Amino acid sequence: MKFSIMVSEGPYTHQATDSAYQFAKAALAKGHEIMRVFFYHDGVNNGTRLTVPPQDDRHIVNRWSELGTQNNIDLVICIAAAQRRGLLDENEAKRQGKNADNIAPGFRISGLGQLVEAGIQSDRLVVFGD
Amino acid sequence: MSDDMDFEEGGTVKKFMFVNRKAPYGTIYALEGLEVVLISAAFDQDVSLAFLDDGVFQLVKGQKTDGVEMKNFSPTYRALEGYDIEKLYVERESLEARGLSEDDLLVDVQVMSAAEMGDMMSQQDVVISF
Repeated sequence: MKFSIMVSEGPYTHQATDSAYQFAKAALAKGHEIMRVFFYHDGVNNGTRLTVPPQDDRHIVNRWSELGTQNNIDLVICIAAAQRRGLLDENEAKRQGKNADNIAPGFRISGLGQLVEAGIQSDRLVVFGD
Repeated sequence: MSDDMDFEEGGTVKKFMFVNRKAPYGTIYALEGLEVVLISAAFDQDVSLAFLDDGVFQLVKGQKTDGVEMKNFSPTYRALEGYDIEKLYVERESLEARGLSEDDLLVDVQVMSAAEMGDMMSQQDVVISF
C-alpha cells in the first residue's frame, strides 16, 4: 500500500513525530511504500539541521534524514509554516535576505499543495498530531 | 476508499474532510488548518469541514481580536462558499456543551450528532485533523 504521513508537532516536545517515524519504519518493513512525509504546524521543526540533542538520546532530525534518503521518501516542509518558525533553505534565505539557512539533508521546502496531492495520490494519509 | 470515486479530466476526486477541533486563538491550529482548506479548493476535490470540541468556537459570530493582537480570520469562513466549499458540519454535542446554538454561528452549517458525524467521517477518503 502507498502511504503518506502528516506530522503536526515538533521533535522532542511531542510524541507525534516519534510515532510517525515508528509507523513509517514499520510500514516499510512490511513492504509498503511511504510516498511523502509532510511536516506542518510545529512539525516543520523536524527539519532543522541545527538541533543538538544530548548524545544518549535519539537524534530525531537525523533519523528522518536517513529514513528519507534510504527509502526515497519525499520529506516536505510546509513553506508557510516554516517561514513563521524560522526554517529556511538556501534559496529562501537568499530571497528573504537572511544570512543563514538551516534545512536538514533530505528535506525540501514546498507548499501546502503537496499535502493535498499526497492525500489524492496515496492509498492512505495518516496524520500524527495532538 | 469510497466506491463511487470519480475520475475526471484533472484526475482523481476524493472526499476530503478537514476536522477542526481547536479554538481559533490560543494555538495556531485553526489558522493553519484554514490555510490547507483554501489550498485544497484549487485541487477540485470533494471537500467538507467538520467542527467539534473547541473547534466550534471558530465559527462563533462577533470575534474581536484587537486585544490579543492577532488577526481575526473568522470572515474567511464566510468566503469559503466562493471556493465551492459549502459542506460545513458542526457537532451538536460540542455546541451544547459550550452553551452555543446554530444562531451563534457566522455561517450556515449542518448540525449533526456525534454519531452522525462519525458516519460522515467513515465515508471519507482522506480525513485531516487540526
